[in-house]
Amino acid sequence: MWTWFYKLASPPHVYALAGTLAPWFLGLAALTIGYGVIDGLAFAPPDYQQGDAFRIIYVHAPAAWMSTFVYTIMAVAGAIALIWRIKMGHIVAAACAPIGTSFTVLALVTGSLWGKPMWGTYWAWDPRLTSELILLFLYFGTMSLRGGFEDAAQGDRAAALLAVVGVVNVPIIHYSVVWWNSLHQGATVAKLGKPAMDPSMLWPLLSNLLGFMLFFGAVLCIRLRGEILNRERQATWVRRVVSL
Amino acid sequence: MISGEFWAMGGYARYVWPCFVLAFVVLAWNLWSAHRYHAAARLRARRAVTVAVSEEL
Repeated sequence: MWTWFYKLASPPHVYALAGTLAPWFLGLAALTIGYGVIDGLAFAPPDYQQGDAFRIIYVHAPAAWMSTFVYTIMAVAGAIALIWRIKMGHIVAAACAPIGTSFTVLALVTGSLWGKPMWGTYWAWDPRLTSELILLFLYFGTMSLRGGFEDAAQGDRAAALLAVVGVVNVPIIHYSVVWWNSLHQGATVAKLGKPAMDPSMLWPLLSNLLGFMLFFGAVLCIRLRGEILNRERQATWVRRVVSL
Repeated sequence: MISGEFWAMGGYARYVWPCFVLAFVVLAWNLWSAHRYHAAARLRARRAVTVAVSEEL
């Protein structure tokens, strides 16, 4: 068990593992997202209050969930790299940032398009929306810091530090609808006990949540391979890999 | 054949469809850019190996 765990700190091992896992993650993501989108758009009943506009949830909620999930992974990887000086931590954090940014943009834009017919406005300085926007700036910040130093190692450390400090925003996003008055609806799926959705609406949503996670896994694997090659260019094992 | 009622999305078509199109674009961009990033890194690594080998010779 521990040997397997320790191997995750080895770039050649992770490079090979990511190459094996990526197609599986991608295939499963295609199946789960395909089911979630078709069932959510065509077969789930319309909401009794929001009508068919509620179907935006099938892309908005998974994107929003992934935006915080990816950030948390990035922060944990950054913390591991800072505390134990494991370079794979920086590699994972660097690979996570563009993916998380894209999910955050998707969550903000789809939320805005959902807000217009429901709240009468595309944007409000609501706690949930504002904290999600701050998350986007945190992603931009980590990417800027990573690329903004002549010494790459210094950029990695600065980006990891911002990611770790910024993780405080994740629980703020989650609990913003509880702590403050918010236009945004409260938790529907994550409610302990019983979700506030009918199973016919819930299953496609859960399928898309799983699909987005699998898709993230696939894209992370591909990006990790690129990031590892970029940083290990001079290593002997890379010679063998690129000569094949 | 999918009915016009489905495409109309109960009058919310102009909000619902752009969300799904954008989601597809974001997922496709992620996949494309990741592949491109990996391919570019592989090319750079191959060049570095070629230079190193030629220097060794």
